Amino acid sequence: MTRRRPPFVLAFLACVGAAFFVAPLLGLVARTPWSDLGEVLGREVVGDALRLSLVTSLGATIVALFLGLPLAWVLARFEFRGRALLRGLVLLPLVLPPVVGGAALLFTFGRRGALGGPLEDLTGLVLPFSIWGAILAASFVAMPFLVITVEGALRNLDQRYEGAAASLGASRWTVLRRVTLPMIGPSLVSGLLLTWARALGEFGATITFAGNLPGRTQTLPLAVFVAMEGDRDAAVAMSLLLVLVSLAVLVTLRNRWWGAR
Amino acid sequence: MRPILLLLMAALVAGGCGGDARREVRVSAAASLSDAFLALETQYEAERPEVDIVLNLGGSSALREQILSGAPVGVFASANQANLEQLVTAGLVDGPVVDFATNRLTIAVPAGNPADVRDLADLARDNLLIGLCSPAVPCGDYAATALAIAGVVAAPDTLEPDVRALLTKIRAGELDAGVVYETDIAAAGDDVESVAIPAEINVPVVYSIAAIAEDHRSDAENFIDFVVAGRGRQILRDQGFFLP
Repeated sequence: MTRRRPPFVLAFLACVGAAFFVAPLLGLVARTPWSDLGEVLGREVVGDALRLSLVTSLGATIVALFLGLPLAWVLARFEFRGRALLRGLVLLPLVLPPVVGGAALLFTFGRRGALGGPLEDLTGLVLPFSIWGAILAASFVAMPFLVITVEGALRNLDQRYEGAAASLGASRWTVLRRVTLPMIGPSLVSGLLLTWARALGEFGATITFAGNLPGRTQTLPLAVFVAMEGDRDAAVAMSLLLVLVSLAVLVTLRNRWWGAR
Repeated sequence: MRPILLLLMAALVAGGCGGDARREVRVSAAASLSDAFLALETQYEAERPEVDIVLNLGGSSALREQILSGAPVGVFASANQANLEQLVTAGLVDGPVVDFATNRLTIAVPAGNPADVRDLADLARDNLLIGLCSPAVPCGDYAATALAIAGVVAAPDTLEPDVRALLTKIRAGELDAGVVYETDIAAAGDDVESVAIPAEINVPVVYSIAAIAEDHRSDAENFIDFVVAGRGRQILRDQGFFLP
Protein backbone atom coordinates (compact mmCIF):
# COMPACT_ATOMS: atom_id res chain seq x y z
CA MET A 1 0.00 0.00 0.00
CA THR A 2 1.47 3.33 -1.04
CA ARG A 3 0.45 6.76 0.08
CA ARG A 4 0.06 8.53 -3.23
CA ARG A 5 -2.97 10.22 -4.76
CA PRO A 6 -5.12 8.18 -7.14
CA PRO A 7 -5.54 9.62 -10.66
CA PHE A 8 -8.43 12.04 -11.01
CA VAL A 9 -10.76 9.81 -13.05
CA LEU A 10 -10.25 6.88 -10.70
CA ALA A 11 -10.86 9.06 -7.67
CA PHE A 12 -13.97 10.59 -9.23
CA LEU A 13 -15.56 7.26 -10.11
CA ALA A 14 -14.66 5.86 -6.70
CA CYS A 15 -16.37 8.82 -5.07
CA VAL A 16 -19.53 8.25 -7.11
CA GLY A 17 -19.36 4.58 -6.16
CA ALA A 18 -18.97 5.46 -2.49
CA ALA A 19 -21.84 7.97 -2.64
CA PHE A 20 -24.02 5.23 -4.07
CA PHE A 21 -23.64 3.35 -0.77
CA VAL A 22 -23.47 6.28 1.60
CA ALA A 23 -26.38 8.39 0.27
CA PRO A 24 -29.17 5.92 1.18
CA LEU A 25 -27.75 5.67 4.70
CA LEU A 26 -27.79 9.45 4.99
CA GLY A 27 -31.36 9.39 3.71
CA LEU A 28 -32.23 6.99 6.51
CA VAL A 29 -30.46 9.11 9.10
CA ALA A 30 -32.18 12.26 7.83
CA ARG A 31 -35.57 10.60 8.29
CA THR A 32 -34.79 9.32 11.80
CA PRO A 33 -37.11 10.61 14.53
CA TRP A 34 -34.25 11.42 16.93
CA SER A 35 -36.37 13.00 19.65
CA ASP A 36 -38.71 9.99 19.86
CA LEU A 37 -36.03 7.39 19.20
CA GLY A 38 -35.94 6.10 22.78
CA GLU A 39 -39.72 5.85 22.98
CA VAL A 40 -40.01 4.13 19.58
CA LEU A 41 -37.27 1.60 20.29
CA GLY A 42 -38.81 0.91 23.69
CA ARG A 43 -42.11 -0.31 22.22
CA GLU A 44 -43.11 -3.90 22.83
CA VAL A 45 -43.28 -4.80 19.14
CA VAL A 46 -39.71 -3.52 18.65
CA GLY A 47 -38.43 -5.34 21.73
CA ASP A 48 -40.08 -8.58 20.62
CA ALA A 49 -38.62 -8.23 17.14
CA LEU A 50 -35.14 -7.52 18.51
CA ARG A 51 -35.30 -10.53 20.83
CA LEU A 52 -36.51 -12.79 18.01
CA SER A 53 -33.84 -11.48 15.67
CA LEU A 54 -31.12 -12.26 18.21
CA VAL A 55 -32.48 -15.75 18.89
CA THR A 56 -32.96 -16.70 15.23
CA SER A 57 -29.64 -15.24 14.04
CA LEU A 58 -27.69 -16.91 16.85
CA GLY A 59 -29.59 -20.16 16.21
CA ALA A 60 -28.67 -19.99 12.53
CA THR A 61 -25.03 -19.32 13.44
CA ILE A 62 -24.96 -22.40 15.67
CA VAL A 63 -26.54 -24.51 12.90
CA ALA A 64 -23.89 -23.17 10.51
CA LEU A 65 -21.10 -24.09 12.93
CA PHE A 66 -22.26 -27.67 13.42
CA LEU A 67 -23.31 -28.37 9.82
CA GLY A 68 -21.45 -25.81 7.73
CA LEU A 69 -17.99 -26.44 9.16
CA PRO A 70 -18.02 -30.19 8.35
CA LEU A 71 -19.42 -29.39 4.92
CA ALA A 72 -16.62 -26.91 4.23
CA TRP A 73 -14.13 -29.52 5.43
CA VAL A 74 -15.38 -32.20 3.08
CA LEU A 75 -15.52 -29.78 0.16
CA ALA A 76 -11.97 -28.56 0.79
CA ARG A 77 -10.21 -31.80 1.64
CA PHE A 78 -11.85 -34.66 -0.20
CA GLU A 79 -12.03 -35.47 -3.90
CA PHE A 80 -15.28 -37.05 -5.01
CA ARG A 81 -17.58 -37.10 -7.97
CA GLY A 82 -19.97 -34.21 -8.06
CA ARG A 83 -17.95 -32.03 -5.72
CA ALA A 84 -18.22 -28.99 -8.00
CA LEU A 85 -21.96 -29.52 -8.27
CA LEU A 86 -22.31 -29.91 -4.51
CA ARG A 87 -20.34 -26.72 -3.94
CA GLY A 88 -22.62 -24.91 -6.39
CA LEU A 89 -25.71 -26.19 -4.61
CA VAL A 90 -24.38 -25.18 -1.21
CA LEU A 91 -23.55 -21.68 -2.41
CA LEU A 92 -26.80 -21.26 -4.36
CA PRO A 93 -28.61 -19.40 -1.54
CA LEU A 94 -26.01 -16.62 -1.90
CA VAL A 95 -27.53 -15.62 -5.23
CA LEU A 96 -31.02 -17.13 -5.09
CA PRO A 97 -33.85 -14.72 -4.24
CA PRO A 98 -34.57 -15.53 -0.57
CA VAL A 99 -38.30 -15.76 -1.31
CA VAL A 100 -37.54 -18.66 -3.67
CA GLY A 101 -35.60 -20.32 -0.87
CA GLY A 102 -38.56 -19.77 1.44
CA ALA A 103 -40.96 -21.32 -1.06
CA ALA A 104 -38.63 -24.31 -1.51
CA LEU A 105 -38.44 -24.75 2.26
CA LEU A 106 -42.23 -24.55 2.48
CA PHE A 107 -42.68 -27.26 -0.16
CA THR A 108 -40.10 -29.46 1.60
CA PHE A 109 -40.49 -28.83 5.32
CA GLY A 110 -44.11 -27.64 5.31
CA ARG A 111 -46.83 -29.88 6.72
CA ARG A 112 -47.55 -31.18 3.22
CA GLY A 113 -43.86 -31.32 2.32
CA ALA A 114 -41.79 -34.42 1.57
CA LEU A 115 -39.87 -34.07 4.83
CA GLY A 116 -42.21 -31.90 6.86
CA GLY A 117 -45.07 -34.42 6.76
CA PRO A 118 -43.06 -37.35 8.19
CA LEU A 119 -41.40 -34.97 10.67
CA GLU A 120 -44.79 -33.96 12.05
CA ASP A 121 -45.96 -37.60 12.21
CA LEU A 122 -42.82 -38.68 14.07
CA THR A 123 -42.22 -35.78 16.43
CA GLY A 124 -45.30 -33.56 16.29
CA LEU A 125 -43.01 -30.68 15.33
CA VAL A 126 -44.44 -28.27 12.73
CA LEU A 127 -41.73 -25.99 11.34
CA PRO A 128 -43.66 -23.32 9.37
CA PHE A 129 -45.03 -20.46 11.45
CA SER A 130 -42.74 -21.35 14.36
CA ILE A 131 -39.45 -19.95 15.61
CA TRP A 132 -37.78 -23.19 14.47
CA GLY A 133 -38.95 -22.35 10.98
CA ALA A 134 -37.46 -18.88 11.28
CA ILE A 135 -34.12 -20.38 12.37
CA LEU A 136 -34.24 -22.88 9.50
CA ALA A 137 -34.95 -20.12 6.97
CA ALA A 138 -32.12 -17.97 8.32
CA SER A 139 -29.73 -20.95 8.30
CA PHE A 140 -30.57 -21.77 4.69
CA VAL A 141 -29.78 -18.26 3.56
CA ALA A 142 -26.80 -17.50 5.82
CA MET A 143 -24.83 -20.76 6.14
CA PRO A 144 -23.16 -20.49 2.71
CA PHE A 145 -21.17 -17.54 4.08
CA LEU A 146 -19.54 -19.83 6.63
CA VAL A 147 -18.94 -22.62 4.12
CA ILE A 148 -17.33 -20.36 1.52
CA THR A 149 -15.09 -18.62 4.08
CA VAL A 150 -13.90 -21.74 5.88
CA GLU A 151 -13.46 -23.78 2.71
CA GLY A 152 -11.18 -21.09 1.33
CA ALA A 153 -9.13 -21.04 4.52
CA LEU A 154 -8.76 -24.83 4.54
CA ARG A 155 -7.63 -24.85 0.92
CA ASN A 156 -5.02 -22.20 1.57
CA LEU A 157 -3.73 -23.95 4.65
CA ASP A 158 -0.39 -25.65 4.10
CA GLN A 159 -1.17 -29.26 4.99
CA ARG A 160 2.48 -29.92 5.87
CA TYR A 161 1.84 -28.36 9.30
CA GLU A 162 -0.78 -31.00 9.99
CA GLY A 163 1.50 -33.66 8.51
CA ALA A 164 4.34 -32.57 10.75
CA ALA A 165 2.15 -32.69 13.85
CA ALA A 166 0.87 -36.14 12.93
CA SER A 167 4.39 -37.44 12.29
CA LEU A 168 5.36 -36.27 15.77
CA GLY A 169 2.67 -38.54 17.17
CA ALA A 170 -0.27 -36.19 17.56
CA SER A 171 -3.66 -37.88 17.30
CA ARG A 172 -6.14 -36.66 14.67
CA TRP A 173 -8.09 -34.91 17.40
CA THR A 174 -4.96 -33.18 18.69
CA VAL A 175 -3.98 -32.08 15.19
CA LEU A 176 -7.44 -30.67 14.68
CA ARG A 177 -7.50 -28.92 18.03
CA ARG A 178 -3.91 -27.66 18.19
CA VAL A 179 -2.98 -27.09 14.54
CA THR A 180 -5.87 -26.87 12.08
CA LEU A 181 -8.46 -24.95 14.07
CA PRO A 182 -6.01 -22.31 15.35
CA MET A 183 -4.73 -21.78 11.81
CA ILE A 184 -8.19 -21.36 10.29
CA GLY A 185 -9.45 -19.62 13.44
CA PRO A 186 -9.61 -16.10 12.00
CA SER A 187 -11.49 -17.32 8.93
CA LEU A 188 -13.84 -19.39 11.06
CA VAL A 189 -14.63 -16.38 13.23
CA SER A 190 -15.16 -14.09 10.25
CA GLY A 191 -17.34 -16.77 8.61
CA LEU A 192 -19.43 -17.02 11.76
CA LEU A 193 -19.77 -13.25 12.03
CA LEU A 194 -20.80 -12.91 8.37
CA THR A 195 -23.29 -15.74 8.82
CA TRP A 196 -24.71 -14.07 11.88
CA ALA A 197 -24.99 -10.67 10.18
CA ARG A 198 -26.69 -12.19 7.12
CA ALA A 199 -29.09 -14.16 9.33
CA LEU A 200 -29.90 -10.97 11.24
CA GLY A 201 -30.94 -9.29 7.99
CA GLU A 202 -32.90 -12.24 6.62
CA PHE A 203 -36.36 -11.36 5.32
CA GLY A 204 -37.67 -13.13 2.21
CA ALA A 205 -37.25 -16.77 3.19
CA THR A 206 -38.49 -16.04 6.70
CA ILE A 207 -41.77 -14.36 5.72
CA THR A 208 -42.41 -17.01 3.07
CA PHE A 209 -41.64 -20.04 5.23
CA ALA A 210 -42.09 -18.95 8.83
CA GLY A 211 -44.78 -16.32 8.36
CA ASN A 212 -45.08 -13.10 10.26
CA LEU A 213 -46.43 -13.03 13.81
CA PRO A 214 -45.25 -10.47 16.38
CA GLY A 215 -43.61 -12.23 19.29
CA ARG A 216 -43.18 -15.52 17.45
CA THR A 217 -41.66 -15.13 14.00
CA GLN A 218 -41.62 -11.39 13.36
CA THR A 219 -37.90 -10.54 13.36
CA LEU A 220 -36.60 -6.99 12.92
CA PRO A 221 -36.60 -7.00 9.08
CA LEU A 222 -40.21 -8.24 9.05
CA ALA A 223 -41.19 -5.66 11.65
CA VAL A 224 -39.59 -2.96 9.46
CA PHE A 225 -41.55 -4.21 6.45
CA VAL A 226 -44.85 -4.14 8.34
CA ALA A 227 -44.13 -0.79 9.99
CA MET A 228 -43.41 0.81 6.59
CA GLU A 229 -47.16 0.58 5.94
CA GLY A 230 -48.26 2.33 9.07
CA ASP A 231 -45.72 3.52 11.58
CA ARG A 232 -42.85 4.87 9.57
CA ASP A 233 -40.99 6.29 12.57
CA ALA A 234 -40.73 2.79 14.01
CA ALA A 235 -39.64 1.43 10.63
CA VAL A 236 -36.84 3.98 10.37
CA ALA A 237 -35.72 3.49 13.97
CA MET A 238 -35.50 -0.29 13.54
CA SER A 239 -33.73 0.11 10.19
CA LEU A 240 -31.16 2.32 11.85
CA LEU A 241 -30.64 -0.31 14.53
CA LEU A 242 -30.02 -2.97 11.87
CA VAL A 243 -27.64 -0.71 9.96
CA LEU A 244 -25.59 0.07 13.06
CA VAL A 245 -25.32 -3.56 14.18
CA SER A 246 -24.38 -4.78 10.70
CA LEU A 247 -21.88 -1.98 10.22
CA ALA A 248 -20.29 -2.76 13.58
CA VAL A 249 -19.87 -6.40 12.55
CA LEU A 250 -18.33 -5.55 9.19
CA VAL A 251 -15.95 -2.94 10.60
CA THR A 252 -14.88 -5.39 13.30
CA LEU A 253 -14.26 -8.02 10.65
CA ARG A 254 -12.23 -5.70 8.53
CA ASN A 255 -9.95 -4.63 11.32
CA ARG A 256 -9.38 -7.93 12.99
CA TRP A 257 -9.80 -10.72 10.51
CA TRP A 258 -9.07 -9.60 6.99
CA GLY A 259 -5.51 -8.59 7.75
CA ALA A 260 -6.09 -4.93 6.93
CA ARG A 261 -3.97 -2.21 8.42
CA MET B 1 -14.04 -9.93 -20.30
CA ARG B 2 -15.18 -8.31 -23.53
CA PRO B 3 -18.02 -10.74 -24.36
CA ILE B 4 -19.38 -10.32 -20.83
CA LEU B 5 -19.32 -6.55 -21.18
CA LEU B 6 -21.08 -6.73 -24.54
CA LEU B 7 -23.68 -9.06 -23.10
CA LEU B 8 -24.32 -6.69 -20.20
CA MET B 9 -24.72 -3.73 -22.53
CA ALA B 10 -27.04 -5.68 -24.79
CA ALA B 11 -29.16 -6.60 -21.78
CA LEU B 12 -29.30 -2.98 -20.66
CA VAL B 13 -30.33 -1.78 -24.10
CA ALA B 14 -32.95 -4.51 -24.48
CA GLY B 15 -34.35 -4.00 -21.01
CA GLY B 16 -34.11 -0.25 -20.93
CA CYS B 17 -35.43 1.00 -24.22
CA GLY B 18 -37.50 -1.91 -25.46
CA GLY B 19 -38.52 0.19 -28.47
CA ASP B 20 -42.08 0.60 -27.22
CA ALA B 21 -43.80 3.72 -28.48
CA ARG B 22 -47.01 3.18 -26.51
CA ARG B 23 -48.05 5.67 -23.85
CA GLU B 24 -47.64 4.15 -20.43
CA VAL B 25 -50.29 4.31 -17.70
CA ARG B 26 -49.11 2.90 -14.38
CA VAL B 27 -51.89 1.33 -12.38
CA SER B 28 -51.37 0.35 -8.75
CA ALA B 29 -54.07 -2.12 -7.73
CA ALA B 30 -54.89 -4.06 -4.57
CA ALA B 31 -53.68 -7.68 -4.48
CA SER B 32 -57.27 -8.95 -4.43
CA LEU B 33 -57.86 -7.20 -7.76
CA SER B 34 -54.94 -9.07 -9.41
CA ASP B 35 -56.89 -11.35 -11.74
CA ALA B 36 -59.57 -8.77 -12.51
CA PHE B 37 -57.05 -6.09 -13.42
CA LEU B 38 -54.96 -8.47 -15.52
CA ALA B 39 -58.13 -9.17 -17.52
CA LEU B 40 -58.95 -5.44 -17.62
CA GLU B 41 -55.45 -4.70 -18.90
CA THR B 42 -55.75 -7.25 -21.71
CA GLN B 43 -59.15 -5.97 -22.83
CA TYR B 44 -58.24 -2.27 -22.57
CA GLU B 45 -54.99 -2.68 -24.50
CA ALA B 46 -56.86 -4.61 -27.20
CA GLU B 47 -59.23 -1.66 -27.56
CA ARG B 48 -56.55 1.02 -27.36
CA PRO B 49 -53.30 -0.36 -28.76
CA GLU B 50 -51.54 2.98 -28.31
CA VAL B 51 -51.72 2.68 -24.51
CA ASP B 52 -49.65 0.35 -22.34
CA ILE B 53 -51.20 -0.44 -18.95
CA VAL B 54 -48.45 -1.30 -16.45
CA LEU B 55 -49.80 -3.06 -13.37
CA ASN B 56 -48.29 -2.76 -9.91
CA LEU B 57 -50.12 -5.26 -7.69
CA GLY B 58 -49.70 -5.47 -3.93
CA GLY B 59 -51.16 -4.77 -0.52
CA SER B 60 -53.21 -1.56 -0.74
CA SER B 61 -51.38 0.04 2.17
CA ALA B 62 -47.96 -0.63 0.68
CA LEU B 63 -49.18 0.87 -2.61
CA ARG B 64 -50.47 3.92 -0.72
CA GLU B 65 -47.07 4.38 0.95
CA GLN B 66 -45.34 4.16 -2.44
CA ILE B 67 -47.57 6.94 -3.75
CA LEU B 68 -47.03 9.06 -0.63
CA SER B 69 -43.29 8.65 -1.21
CA GLY B 70 -43.64 10.00 -4.74
CA ALA B 71 -43.97 6.86 -6.87
CA PRO B 72 -45.05 7.82 -10.41
CA VAL B 73 -48.46 6.18 -10.44
CA GLY B 74 -51.29 7.14 -12.80
CA VAL B 75 -54.18 5.24 -11.24
CA PHE B 76 -54.68 3.75 -7.78
CA ALA B 77 -57.34 1.12 -7.04
CA SER B 78 -57.52 0.33 -3.33
CA ALA B 79 -59.40 -2.40 -1.46
CA ASN B 80 -60.79 0.20 0.92
CA GLN B 81 -61.82 3.85 0.94
CA ALA B 82 -59.44 4.95 3.71
CA ASN B 83 -56.25 4.73 1.63
CA LEU B 84 -57.61 7.06 -1.03
CA GLU B 85 -59.00 9.41 1.61
CA GLN B 86 -55.46 9.65 2.98
CA LEU B 87 -54.11 10.50 -0.47
CA VAL B 88 -56.86 13.11 -0.92
CA THR B 89 -55.86 14.67 2.40
CA ALA B 90 -52.24 14.68 1.24
CA GLY B 91 -53.33 16.59 -1.88
CA LEU B 92 -52.27 13.83 -4.26
CA VAL B 93 -55.73 13.25 -5.78
CA ASP B 94 -57.59 16.06 -7.45
CA GLY B 95 -60.07 14.15 -9.59
CA PRO B 96 -63.07 12.29 -8.22
CA VAL B 97 -62.70 9.15 -6.10
CA VAL B 98 -65.09 6.49 -7.35
CA ASP B 99 -66.30 3.42 -5.45
CA PHE B 100 -66.38 0.94 -8.31
CA ALA B 101 -66.86 -2.54 -6.84
CA THR B 102 -67.69 -4.37 -3.64
CA ASN B 103 -66.72 -7.71 -2.22
CA ARG B 104 -67.38 -9.86 0.86
CA LEU B 105 -65.22 -11.71 3.31
CA THR B 106 -65.14 -15.47 3.55
CA ILE B 107 -63.13 -18.15 5.32
CA ALA B 108 -60.76 -20.00 2.98
CA VAL B 109 -59.70 -23.54 3.86
CA PRO B 110 -57.59 -26.06 1.91
CA ALA B 111 -59.56 -28.42 -0.35
CA GLY B 112 -61.44 -30.96 1.75
CA ASN B 113 -61.38 -28.70 4.80
CA PRO B 114 -59.04 -31.03 6.75
CA ALA B 115 -59.40 -29.12 10.02
CA ASP B 116 -63.22 -29.09 9.80
CA VAL B 117 -63.56 -25.32 10.07
CA ARG B 118 -67.24 -24.29 10.25
CA ASP B 119 -67.38 -20.64 11.26
CA LEU B 120 -65.36 -17.68 12.50
CA ALA B 121 -65.30 -19.11 16.03
CA ASP B 122 -63.03 -21.91 14.78
CA LEU B 123 -60.34 -19.29 14.12
CA ALA B 124 -59.85 -19.16 17.88
CA ARG B 125 -58.84 -22.83 18.02
CA ASP B 126 -55.28 -22.94 19.25
CA ASN B 127 -54.39 -26.27 17.69
CA LEU B 128 -55.07 -25.02 14.15
CA LEU B 129 -52.70 -23.02 11.97
CA ILE B 130 -54.62 -19.81 11.26
CA GLY B 131 -53.60 -16.97 8.96
CA LEU B 132 -54.95 -13.46 8.69
CA CYS B 133 -53.87 -10.43 6.71
CA SER B 134 -51.76 -7.90 8.59
CA PRO B 135 -54.01 -5.31 10.28
CA ALA B 136 -52.15 -2.68 8.23
CA VAL B 137 -53.75 -3.88 4.97
CA PRO B 138 -57.49 -3.70 4.17
CA CYS B 139 -58.19 -7.46 4.29
CA GLY B 140 -56.69 -7.62 7.80
CA ASP B 141 -58.63 -4.57 8.87
CA TYR B 142 -61.93 -5.96 7.53
CA ALA B 143 -61.23 -9.36 9.11
CA ALA B 144 -60.56 -7.73 12.50
CA THR B 145 -63.91 -5.92 12.23
CA ALA B 146 -65.79 -9.11 11.33
CA LEU B 147 -64.11 -11.03 14.16
CA ALA B 148 -65.00 -8.25 16.60
CA ILE B 149 -68.65 -8.30 15.47
CA ALA B 150 -68.68 -12.09 15.90
CA GLY B 151 -67.06 -11.71 19.32
CA VAL B 152 -64.20 -14.04 18.37
CA VAL B 153 -60.64 -13.58 19.60
CA ALA B 154 -58.70 -15.25 16.79
CA ALA B 155 -55.43 -17.10 17.40
CA PRO B 156 -53.51 -16.33 14.21
CA ASP B 157 -50.15 -17.97 13.50
CA THR B 158 -49.18 -15.48 10.84
CA LEU B 159 -50.21 -12.01 9.64
CA GLU B 160 -49.54 -11.89 5.92
CA PRO B 161 -48.62 -8.69 4.05
CA ASP B 162 -51.42 -9.09 1.48
CA VAL B 163 -54.39 -11.31 0.78
CA ARG B 164 -52.73 -13.25 -2.04
CA ALA B 165 -49.75 -14.16 0.15
CA LEU B 166 -52.26 -15.51 2.69
CA LEU B 167 -54.18 -17.37 0.00
CA THR B 168 -50.97 -18.99 -1.29
CA LYS B 169 -50.26 -20.51 2.13
CA ILE B 170 -53.82 -21.82 2.41
CA ARG B 171 -53.59 -23.28 -1.10
CA ALA B 172 -50.38 -25.05 -0.12
CA GLY B 173 -52.25 -26.60 2.81
CA GLU B 174 -49.81 -25.04 5.27
CA LEU B 175 -52.56 -23.04 6.96
CA ASP B 176 -55.84 -24.60 8.08
CA ALA B 177 -57.91 -21.46 7.54
CA GLY B 178 -57.74 -17.75 6.85
CA VAL B 179 -60.05 -14.83 6.15
CA VAL B 180 -59.94 -13.69 2.51
CA TYR B 181 -62.29 -12.12 -0.02
CA GLU B 182 -64.97 -14.15 -1.80
CA THR B 183 -63.40 -13.37 -5.18
CA ASP B 184 -60.10 -14.92 -4.05
CA ILE B 185 -61.73 -18.34 -3.75
CA ALA B 186 -62.45 -18.54 -7.47
CA ALA B 187 -58.92 -17.32 -8.22
CA ALA B 188 -57.46 -20.23 -6.23
CA GLY B 189 -59.28 -22.87 -8.29
CA ASP B 190 -59.74 -26.31 -6.77
CA ASP B 191 -57.07 -25.90 -4.10
CA VAL B 192 -59.28 -24.07 -1.62
CA GLU B 193 -62.86 -24.14 -0.43
CA SER B 194 -64.93 -21.41 1.08
CA VAL B 195 -66.70 -21.47 4.42
CA ALA B 196 -69.21 -18.63 4.24
CA ILE B 197 -69.39 -15.88 6.84
CA PRO B 198 -73.09 -15.06 7.48
CA ALA B 199 -74.26 -11.70 6.13
CA GLU B 200 -75.08 -10.29 9.59
CA ILE B 201 -71.43 -10.48 10.69
CA ASN B 202 -69.89 -9.90 7.27
CA VAL B 203 -68.29 -6.57 6.44
CA PRO B 204 -68.89 -4.62 3.22
CA VAL B 205 -65.65 -4.38 1.28
CA VAL B 206 -65.55 -1.33 -0.98
CA TYR B 207 -63.00 -0.75 -3.74
CA SER B 208 -62.13 2.84 -4.65
CA ILE B 209 -60.26 4.14 -7.65
CA ALA B 210 -58.82 7.54 -8.60
CA ALA B 211 -56.32 9.16 -10.93
CA ILE B 212 -53.10 10.23 -9.20
CA ALA B 213 -50.35 11.68 -11.36
CA GLU B 214 -50.56 14.58 -13.79
CA ASP B 215 -48.69 12.80 -16.62
CA HIS B 216 -50.96 11.22 -19.22
CA ARG B 217 -53.93 12.35 -17.13
CA SER B 218 -56.42 11.83 -19.96
CA ASP B 219 -55.21 8.25 -20.47
CA ALA B 220 -55.55 7.57 -16.75
CA GLU B 221 -59.05 9.01 -16.66
CA ASN B 222 -59.98 7.07 -19.74
CA PHE B 223 -58.86 3.82 -18.13
CA ILE B 224 -60.84 4.66 -14.99
CA ASP B 225 -63.92 5.30 -17.17
CA PHE B 226 -63.42 1.91 -18.77
CA VAL B 227 -63.33 0.29 -15.30
CA VAL B 228 -66.20 2.14 -13.61
CA ALA B 229 -68.57 2.71 -16.51
CA GLY B 230 -67.37 0.90 -19.62
CA ARG B 231 -66.84 -2.69 -20.63
CA GLY B 232 -64.66 -3.16 -17.56
CA ARG B 233 -67.78 -3.63 -15.47
CA GLN B 234 -68.59 -6.95 -17.10
CA ILE B 235 -65.04 -8.15 -16.49
CA LEU B 236 -65.31 -7.26 -12.80
CA ARG B 237 -68.68 -9.03 -12.61
CA ASP B 238 -67.22 -12.12 -14.29
CA GLN B 239 -64.49 -12.17 -11.65
CA GLY B 240 -67.12 -12.28 -8.90
CA PHE B 241 -67.13 -8.67 -7.76
CA PHE B 242 -70.40 -6.91 -6.96
CA LEU B 243 -71.02 -3.61 -8.70
CA PRO B 244 -72.60 -0.54 -7.16
